[in-house]
Amino acid sequence: MVKTGYYGEFGGAFLPEILIPTFTQLKEEFARIKADPTFWEEYVHTMSTYSCRPTPLTFAENLTHHFGGASIYIKREDLNHTGAHKANNVIAQGLLVKRMGKGRVIAETGAGQHGVATATMAAKYGFDCTIYMGEVDVKRQRPNVFWMEQLGAEVISVKDGSKTLKDAMNAAFRDWAQNMDDTHYVLGTASGPHPFPEMVSYFQSIIGQEAREQILKYAGKLPARIYACVGGGSNALGLFGAFMDDPVELVGVEAGGKGLPSKLHAARLASDQATIGVAQGYKTYFLQDDDGQMRETHSVAAGLDYVGVSPILSHLSDTGRVRFAAATDKEVVDALRLSMKKEGLIPALESAHAFVQAFKEAPDMNGEECIIINQSGRGDKDIFTVADAIGDPQWEQFIREKAEDYNA
Amino acid sequence: MLENYIREKREQKDILLMTHIVLGYPDFDSSIQLARTMVEAGVDLMELQIPFSEPIADGPVILKACQDALQTGASVADCLDATRKITASLDIPFLFMSYYNILFKYQVERFTKVAAECGIRGMIVPDAPPEEAEDYLQAMNKEQLAPIQLYSPNTPDERMRYLADFAQGFVYCVARKGVTGQDTAFSDDLDQYLARCRQATRLPLALGFGVKDHKDIDFLKGKIDIAVVGSGALRILNEKGVEAVGDYIRSLR
Ligand SMILES: Cc1ncc(COP(=O)(O)O)c(C=O)c1O
Repeated sequence: MVKTGYYGEFGGAFLPEILIPTFTQLKEEFARIKADPTFWEEYVHTMSTYSCRPTPLTFAENLTHHFGGASIYIKREDLNHTGAHKANNVIAQGLLVKRMGKGRVIAETGAGQHGVATATMAAKYGFDCTIYMGEVDVKRQRPNVFWMEQLGAEVISVKDGSKTLKDAMNAAFRDWAQNMDDTHYVLGTASGPHPFPEMVSYFQSIIGQEAREQILKYAGKLPARIYACVGGGSNALGLFGAFMDDPVELVGVEAGGKGLPSKLHAARLASDQATIGVAQGYKTYFLQDDDGQMRETHSVAAGLDYVGVSPILSHLSDTGRVRFAAATDKEVVDALRLSMKKEGLIPALESAHAFVQAFKEAPDMNGEECIIINQSGRGDKDIFTVADAIGDPQWEQFIREKAEDYNA
Repeated sequence: MLENYIREKREQKDILLMTHIVLGYPDFDSSIQLARTMVEAGVDLMELQIPFSEPIADGPVILKACQDALQTGASVADCLDATRKITASLDIPFLFMSYYNILFKYQVERFTKVAAECGIRGMIVPDAPPEEAEDYLQAMNKEQLAPIQLYSPNTPDERMRYLADFAQGFVYCVARKGVTGQDTAFSDDLDQYLARCRQATRLPLALGFGVKDHKDIDFLKGKIDIAVVGSGALRILNEKGVEAVGDYIRSLR
């Protein structure tokens, strides 16, 4: 029996029989485009004309002075069209769907960024589009729901289980099990059954390829450490890939939520609370109980609020190649405020997790060293959550008045 | 052996019935009572589903039952206890249905051992294809339990033959694409698919997903050995209670 898609003991494709032929086809198509240089050319061309690739690497001069240690550089994935690194994966999968000749795409979304990116891609390429989103996330990311619908996608609010990202993923798999002939499931992160972890990391590797070239040009040397937030793992693996064989420390930052002892978090690799399991079609570390039932997770950032994690990262965690840390909700809001004040940058709450850890470590590094933080997305989408976290009375007043307008 | 039981029963009946219950839904006493009611109504085999929080092959009806059971605190240990009670008093073959993680976390070999001790005869684990679940297949063989394999309409002939190599007891043919709990239009299209299934294995065939009434089962007589009724019975349970499930089952053949 041939096992494929394993990273150490993690990964695999634990699929219901009904989906096996679909995955066989996907593996073949992925192998084909990987071997075909025109695919990558078309991808880069599309990303440079429809999105803003290459995205800049910004030297954060004020933050660097503020902390007085390593020079801080920020990779600006927020400047992608639709405001996050999710666009990279989505456009590449869109090109793949065109080659496969399918006419409908479906996706799961947590923060809504992947959903918006998928809806945008579907509009551009003329695909029908259905987005599954947990009911909890629909509530906290209303603006993204609005945009998905305006872009022509159908948004289905998923009321099963914990009503968050994992449940949206299950719902998308159920849809696919029915409609695979004409439908492609645009999985949004480097998790799930093989070949998704490998494929999504491959598409996202454009982040690290650019960043490595840019830092060598601007700083004249490799970074000592690089930081990325980790939900399913796609922006982290996208950044890390190009530095894998370099003497660069790779740091993944997970959602510490209300603190690790509270158990209200999504720290699968940074805590010792996760154990190896098999769910959603793959083997990795999950936050689960002794019976193997998935636990509730929590994060202020919907995009990090996930029970599993990329099997590639589980492996890199076990081998020690990637170091993991967790940032609490409170630390995240503080880091976000500091980035806005000092640099005029508004990272997404997800991305701000990476900022937290970098800010903790930069002061103790020497001035000759530099670091890169991946700003995986922009924070505008989080305006409601951030305004509440900051407790801005004028915003609250505005919302009240707006509600009254509607009531009138 | 499970296969022998099925062949012997088939000499007496033109089609066998396999039903399905979710252990711990709505509570364990009801599960036990439901199993008894179903057996008294003439059911030949039964799946006992151990609830898992991420049942990706199940549709809304079974999904909700699993969730409700988990919410009331149904544990794997509770499910095993209930199973012991069910198999001790009811004389048909029972199979576990669950997802691979439940076995994996219990340790696969330990789980198959305890399942055998509980009087279980086989298992349906829809997310454990042979490529990924060698440990499961070995452990099942060791306990002489049947690792039920599934076919679906889009399974190529070659893969059907591959799966047949691991199959024991019977092969579960999924009637259509999708997940459990949706309607299936039983039509002559099915014949071609079932002919392919027949070609691939000499084991008895079960057919499930969307089988819900006398008409469906009439249609299937002579085509397959076992009709599987899952969500259909669960719907009756939800709407009308345990007693009505007995009447429903009697109405099927
Ligand atoms: C801006 C942003 N960053 C990060 C993530 C986390 O995903 P991943 O770990 O796949 O990069 C998300 C997910 O929604 C996101 O929207």
